[in-house]
Amino acid sequence: MPAAKYKVTYIEDGGKAHTVEVAEGWSLMEGAVKHLIPGIDADCGGACACATCQVYVAPEWEAKLPPKSDMEETMLDFAPEVRPNSRLSCQLRMSAALDGIVLNLPKSQH
Amino acid sequence: MPENIVIIGAGQAGAQAVQSLRADGFTGPITMVGDEAYPPYQRPPLSKAYLLGSFERPRLFLKADAYYAEAGCELILNTPAAAIHRGERQVELADGRRLAYDKLLLTTGARVRKLTCPGADLPGVHYLKTIADVNGLQEVFQAGKRIAIVGGGYIGLEVAAVGAKRGLEVTVFEAMDRLMARAVSPQLSAFFAAEHEKAGVKLKLRTGVEAIEGNDRVERVIAGGQAYDADIVLVGIGVVPCDELAVRAGLASEDGIVVDQNARTGDPHIWAAGDCTRHVGREGHYIRLECVQNAIDQAKHAALAMAGKARTYSEVPWFWSDQYDLKLQIAGLARPSDRLVLRGDPASRKFAVFHLRDGAVAAVEAVNAAPEYMIGKRLVAEGKKIAAETLADTSISMKQMV
Repeated sequence: MPAAKYKVTYIEDGGKAHTVEVAEGWSLMEGAVKHLIPGIDADCGGACACATCQVYVAPEWEAKLPPKSDMEETMLDFAPEVRPNSRLSCQLRMSAALDGIVLNLPKSQH
Repeated sequence: MPENIVIIGAGQAGAQAVQSLRADGFTGPITMVGDEAYPPYQRPPLSKAYLLGSFERPRLFLKADAYYAEAGCELILNTPAAAIHRGERQVELADGRRLAYDKLLLTTGARVRKLTCPGADLPGVHYLKTIADVNGLQEVFQAGKRIAIVGGGYIGLEVAAVGAKRGLEVTVFEAMDRLMARAVSPQLSAFFAAEHEKAGVKLKLRTGVEAIEGNDRVERVIAGGQAYDADIVLVGIGVVPCDELAVRAGLASEDGIVVDQNARTGDPHIWAAGDCTRHVGREGHYIRLECVQNAIDQAKHAALAMAGKARTYSEVPWFWSDQYDLKLQIAGLARPSDRLVLRGDPASRKFAVFHLRDGAVAAVEAVNAAPEYMIGKRLVAEGKKIAAETLADTSISMKQMV
């Protein structure tokens, strides 16, 4: 049985929105890469080693996300343009609870 | 006519180069040639989650299939390159086609070092480098099977961990006196040896494999003069750079295509990046790195140079390995003469070993310790001097070390 898919909206820094479907269990970084969303570099391919898949999570969705791991927290300490609602999209897994989530992308990941 | 670029090798470095060339403003045609059936994919999960079966194949690919067309990159897969004709600036493919180039990038990677002992070519002897390798291994990788792993390095130990988890009977044969001897400090080797033994993996150190025996397939391994019954043999004894094309074209290679700090070879029209290269590292001597970090960073620097924006490559190398629930992360290149400083308690399965050289942090090995790794990597980049007592003191947070 193919995995369920849920909607994610990625909004580029310039305001352009992309609403796409991402399979359950995939990371929101993988969803962006799969759909050629500009603004997520994901250099390391999801190893939580590069902090080039940063997203800003819309306030109404922040509470629905799992807390940051030590790893993500430390990576974000040193990423550019970090805000209180920054997350690394490689660490966020698609699930029914996140159906419709809205993510804003930073101007640059470097 | 805009310049065109040909990339030989469709792996991590090749994919990175396509992305970076476009980001750096290169607008001419790009053609990438690969000898495997697949577009560029991530190799690290192959010996970990992909082998375990918890990571489906579509997730391995570094880019969506549509990416290449969108990026103006023609992909020619399943097609080895046969020769580089430098005078004519053409690449000849195995099917006879010729591709003209203005600039050429070699991201040919590395291939597995083959076992040469008697019986090494028996059915049942596996290597692990490609999707096809893992698919072949997976067919026989079943609970109850006895797997003999030749080589106690990253690949062998990652497969050992997955095997133990899947209920195989695992024995690791390592010729050296400790695990991952080329990659980690003796402290880490000892820690991982204990973890593998706890998981039921049998470790045979100082035990080289002398022969593999069996009638028409693997039945036993002869090592250290003893016979060990085995259904599967997995060989992980390192890789060799794929430099043959470069060598045949007269480019310098010394166990790796020699490139400068802009990833350029001796030919002003040819660059090389990733596992296939040898370059001058941050410490001023030639090194060959086999890792994702080098594939990414050197490809970025090659792209910059090819787009006319050359910048010196001097990034800190980093590596990782997943075994059981242990995430090992390393930044920097250690030397045996480094002073080692332990931070944290290995018994807690969360600790780090810092390597001090002339008082400065030269490398860090972290186990389940993200702040130590992340901040340690920064300290290595800065060559920061920190007293050993300070590093070892867990009441001082890593953030305070910066």
